Amino acid sequence: HSCPMVLRIAELTSFGAGASASTHQPNSKFTQQELPACKPILTPKWVISVFLLVGVIFVPIGVASLLASNKVVEIVDRYDDACVPSNVTNKLAYIQNSTISKTCRRTLKVPKDMKQPIFVYYQLNNFYQNHRRYVKSRNDQQLRDASKANETTLCDPEKTRDGMAIVPCGLIAWSTFNDTYTFQHNTNNLSIDKTDISWKSDRDHKFGSDVFPKNFQKGPLIGGKTLNESIPLSEQEDLIVWMRTAALPTFRKLYGRIYVDLKENDTITVTLDNNYNTYSFDGKKSLVLSTSTWLGGKNDFLGLAYLTVGGLCFFLAFAFTLLYLIKPRKLGDNNYLSWNRNSAGH
Amino acid sequence: MKRFVYINDESYQNDYCDNQISNTKYTLWNFLPKNLWEQFRRFMNQYFLLIACLQLWSLITPVNPASTWGPLIVIFAVSATKEAWDDYNRYISDKQANEKKVWIVKNGARKHIQAQDIRVGNIVWIRENEEVPCDLVLTGTSEPQGICHVETAALDGEIDLKTRVIPTTCIGLDSEQLHKIKGVIECPIPDKDIRRFDANIRLFPPFIDNDICPLTINNTLLQSCYLRNTEWACGVAVYTGNETKLGMSRGVPEPKLTAMDAMIDKLTGAIFLFQLAVVVVLGSAGNVWKDTEARKQWYVKYDDDEPWYQILVIPLRFELLCSIMIPISIKVSLDFVKSMYAKFIDWDEEIYDQETDTPAHAANTAISEDLGQVEYILTDKTGTLTENKMIFRRCCIAGTLYGNESGDALKDIELLNAVADNSPHVIKFLTVMALCNTVIPIKSPSGTISYKAQSQDEDALVNAASNLHVVLVSKNGNNAAEIHFNRRVIQYEILDILEFTSDRKRMSIVISDSQSGKIFLLSKGADEAILPLAYCGQQIKTFVDAVDKYAQLGLRTLCLGWRELSLEEYLEWSRLFKEANSALVDREWKVAEVCQKLEHTLDILGISAIEDRLQDGVPETIEILRQSGINFWMLTGDKQSTAIQIALLCNLISSEPKGQLLYINGKTEDEVARSLERVLLTMRITSSEPKELAFVVDGWALEIILTRYKEAFTELAVLSKTAICCRVTPSQKAQLVKLLKSCDYRTLAIGDGGNDVRMIQQAHIGVGISGREGLQAARAADYSIGKFRFLKRLILVHGRYSYNRTAFLSQYSFYKSLLICFIQILFSFVSGIAGTSLFNSVSLMAYNVFYTSIPVLTTVLDKDLSEKTVTQNPEILLYCQAGRLLNPSTFAGWFGRSLYHAIVVFLITIHAYANEKSEMEELSMVALSGSIWLQAFVVTLEMSSFTFLQFLAIWGNFAAFYVINLCISTIPTAGMYTIMFRLCRQPSYWITMLVSITIMFF
Repeated sequence: HSCPMVLRIAELTSFGAGASASTHQPNSKFTQQELPACKPILTPKWVISVFLLVGVIFVPIGVASLLASNKVVEIVDRYDDACVPSNVTNKLAYIQNSTISKTCRRTLKVPKDMKQPIFVYYQLNNFYQNHRRYVKSRNDQQLRDASKANETTLCDPEKTRDGMAIVPCGLIAWSTFNDTYTFQHNTNNLSIDKTDISWKSDRDHKFGSDVFPKNFQKGPLIGGKTLNESIPLSEQEDLIVWMRTAALPTFRKLYGRIYVDLKENDTITVTLDNNYNTYSFDGKKSLVLSTSTWLGGKNDFLGLAYLTVGGLCFFLAFAFTLLYLIKPRKLGDNNYLSWNRNSAGH
Repeated sequence: MKRFVYINDESYQNDYCDNQISNTKYTLWNFLPKNLWEQFRRFMNQYFLLIACLQLWSLITPVNPASTWGPLIVIFAVSATKEAWDDYNRYISDKQANEKKVWIVKNGARKHIQAQDIRVGNIVWIRENEEVPCDLVLTGTSEPQGICHVETAALDGEIDLKTRVIPTTCIGLDSEQLHKIKGVIECPIPDKDIRRFDANIRLFPPFIDNDICPLTINNTLLQSCYLRNTEWACGVAVYTGNETKLGMSRGVPEPKLTAMDAMIDKLTGAIFLFQLAVVVVLGSAGNVWKDTEARKQWYVKYDDDEPWYQILVIPLRFELLCSIMIPISIKVSLDFVKSMYAKFIDWDEEIYDQETDTPAHAANTAISEDLGQVEYILTDKTGTLTENKMIFRRCCIAGTLYGNESGDALKDIELLNAVADNSPHVIKFLTVMALCNTVIPIKSPSGTISYKAQSQDEDALVNAASNLHVVLVSKNGNNAAEIHFNRRVIQYEILDILEFTSDRKRMSIVISDSQSGKIFLLSKGADEAILPLAYCGQQIKTFVDAVDKYAQLGLRTLCLGWRELSLEEYLEWSRLFKEANSALVDREWKVAEVCQKLEHTLDILGISAIEDRLQDGVPETIEILRQSGINFWMLTGDKQSTAIQIALLCNLISSEPKGQLLYINGKTEDEVARSLERVLLTMRITSSEPKELAFVVDGWALEIILTRYKEAFTELAVLSKTAICCRVTPSQKAQLVKLLKSCDYRTLAIGDGGNDVRMIQQAHIGVGISGREGLQAARAADYSIGKFRFLKRLILVHGRYSYNRTAFLSQYSFYKSLLICFIQILFSFVSGIAGTSLFNSVSLMAYNVFYTSIPVLTTVLDKDLSEKTVTQNPEILLYCQAGRLLNPSTFAGWFGRSLYHAIVVFLITIHAYANEKSEMEELSMVALSGSIWLQAFVVTLEMSSFTFLQFLAIWGNFAAFYVINLCISTIPTAGMYTIMFRLCRQPSYWITMLVSITIMFF
């Protein structure tokens, strides 16, 4: 094996000598800008085939997505208006009055068979969890680490209460959603599983198992849910779910799961505590029961988008083919060059 | 304004600076402030600094300040390091020069000191092949005749040896005396003119007499020259340190800005205004929304009474959100690709001149795009279009034309016979040819004689004379010359040299025949400078005809004459000449006037005709470049008829039926004005006809026109595609460039000699041909090439590619920045116009600096058309010239594209990730990956050719995006912990990506 090595060194030295003898650089494909390159030209045939191909791929995906979306059975029940007694004129005063019992009963009809697991969401409309002032108002260190309980930077304006740090601090935690639901299926109680509704990674790494709520919701203005001070944050799943802020003003958050199959035309009675204030800003509250597929919940958008794009591609492929057949252009014909056309026009 | 230098006198030495050379821009202490100050003079940098400072205010910053500070500091550090490195290298070379040991005389004894300790007035000793450490006035040399030879290549690029002589008053001093010499030199304050030194010297008794002796540049040794062929020389330091002629001429030339750079700056300004508009509109909308809606939203908890500055918070947040509209990466990217363009030029084998072993070189790495946008080429003739290899071809002596049949006078039997017969006219003619010049003959040990000449014409004449057996054998300093003629040795004493200047257009020498003691004046020069000086009654018609005839053949003519002087006349004149030569004010003018007093009533001996061949490929090159829409102007110092002949030969103009030449001439203002008016009228009328019109103007008329009728001439310049300007001076050349520049044309000036330097520096692009007239032009130029024909490739291939590549790169940089910014703006509409950033800091920083910057850099390898196609269809260059690839409307296209892409990415994202999926971090990553996918495909679509490097950069970068984000997703403390893993598991994510990219089809 030593032989090739010697050769190579000899090559290198002779190469070096050659380079130094002349001041000129040894040329390579790179320095001469002559690296082998592929030069795709968008010929009509290529363009038409690409459009056809995209169409062929997209339409089936679109169909599959739409089918998946249609398979999802979803019950959406808006209850914010309905759960305020009709004789109440000032809804804001009603919701802020803590002495009144705000229990409300709703009856839902199952439109189609629903296979377990059935996801129970609450949906808020016109609620800006993504507002600049709101979304930043939290302190992740405090949530994770018991020793950082006094770390409340960024938590303005929910930092401290009577000089003591609030745990968990910030507007997001303070305004945690606090409506509660219980379900009855026909006449039996329908148990709702509220474990594992938050992300496991959040429970394990973002919210400490030794961090307990302190000074929370002790102010004059109660924002939302009150937390049990003996349960660590990592087990306060509603809080964890709420603190995964939504990027859009309309959003759903998981409340729990129902592990019972529901039949078409079953009735479900929901007893809910209507505590959360959406009346001051015309927000809507809805309860959502939904099944799920490989694509997630009910969402026709992707399916429609794929069908549209696929259809457009087919149309364009067709149009180009026609154009190509009716008025073919020779590839690389110099007569099409602008200066040649101009001189012909003279 | 004078400086008095006292030789060898310590008491005056501290009046002037020492000889410490400093080319450095910075010192250790002022580097940081000065460099920062320089960098912050750029608008872009000020802008980024402002943004970075605003980001420190946590109330308004949408992202971590590091996302701007990081790139900003990197960019600053990179350019500061580059500056520091350059400056350090300069410091090292300065230090070497400063610490070099030299011998000086101190207290009558020689001492070895460092070069930096030389003071004005010191006597410095230099040995053969040593570099001159400062500007010296020569006082002694090893040669008994008091001459020495220097090589001035470092100063003016001329490679011949120049003779320097010691002032007459110092002649004959031995080295003992030179140690003790005292005196005073009166010289001008330091300037940068390396051709002038109007001073005088007076030695104090007891050294000779105390006569004032004039000094010229010929008595000096300038810094950076090398002493050659002389054992030693010594001189008095007159200018030291940075005050030497070399030091004064070093100045930083004004940086040239390409048309593209100007356009990019303009577009940046427009984007900045757009950004301000967005800030104002969204800022006020945000404030309105806050007061009407946000106050009702109890969970946002706005205070009812806020400090006044709260009204600024939302607009400032938007300013910061939108700050990425102006891409921070564009400067670095442009610098990188520009230096690559320059490297490609340096490396190009096809514009490497085998003959002289000169590769092309791009000295200015920043202006390659301009090459593709050239509209006017102003070219010198001699040495640029022609080879500047002068060969004596024909002559006309006393009415007889030699060399007519064979085209080579040296082979003309008649002439050879005439020489053999000692025909007096011919002998006189040849004697003038051999003597009337500044050529230095150098005798090699083997006995052959070679000539070192500053002018190629003189070289040709001396060589021709020697071939005709009148051989200039030796020349010692400025006194003795020896000529061999038919085995006879004739000694002459050279009394005076009346030097050539471009105003006089002739030179003469006064010699005396050592045998007979007769004194002669020998003159040679341009025909119009010599023929009028003929004595009364001499028939000069044959000469005029001969000049015309030769000029039509494209030959350069010189007129030779002589006159015998009486001793009295000479002595009288010599006194005046000496006086004029020692004048400190207006010396040049005074000398010229005195010269004129001697140069009259000449006996015209004949005309010499010298051929200067066209370079290879010149006509083809001009043809192709004209096809590509470039207009040519030829600016030459040569006479009209020669210039026209050369122009015809090299396709610059066409002969009669196809083309027409319009002459602008005249001696008086009125004549010139009428002539100009007439030409202008013809131009206007025939501009629609497919006839090639060109105008010819000479230096005299041009001078009048440029001072009086500039507007009319400007109009003419716009109408005319071709022009020939002859007999123009260097400053007129520069003026013409300036005139075309003022009409908003992109100009390229190409030349090879020192007289082209001003034109080259003035033009948008200066190209120098490293030719036989030295490297002066090539040094001053932005590009230097070995041959004129390489210009074709430089423009059509390098210029065009550079333009296309930069056009894409710069607009793409804005496109990708706008894309991400528009997504942020769109997001603000669904987040209560409060200025929330959809993307996290890391993503934003990496997006601009990394994900979107690297793939597009490979555009330096992109070739839209093959080199062959471009050279076959040079008309394609019109696209670059007209700036079709980068202008407000193409930019608007990119702007619209980014808006469209942003809207589509955003809408698809928020619809596909609605309801239960609308988690902030996830949605942000979906939008970001959508943009990244789109980027990869847009770059792919916009590039025309793909080498493996492009492939690697685009898709490697794409893969890197996922690898990096997956890595970040494993960090528990990061905001996007697990996000990327979650997304990659969702089929809906991939389906969303796929549909995002298809929008680029529509």
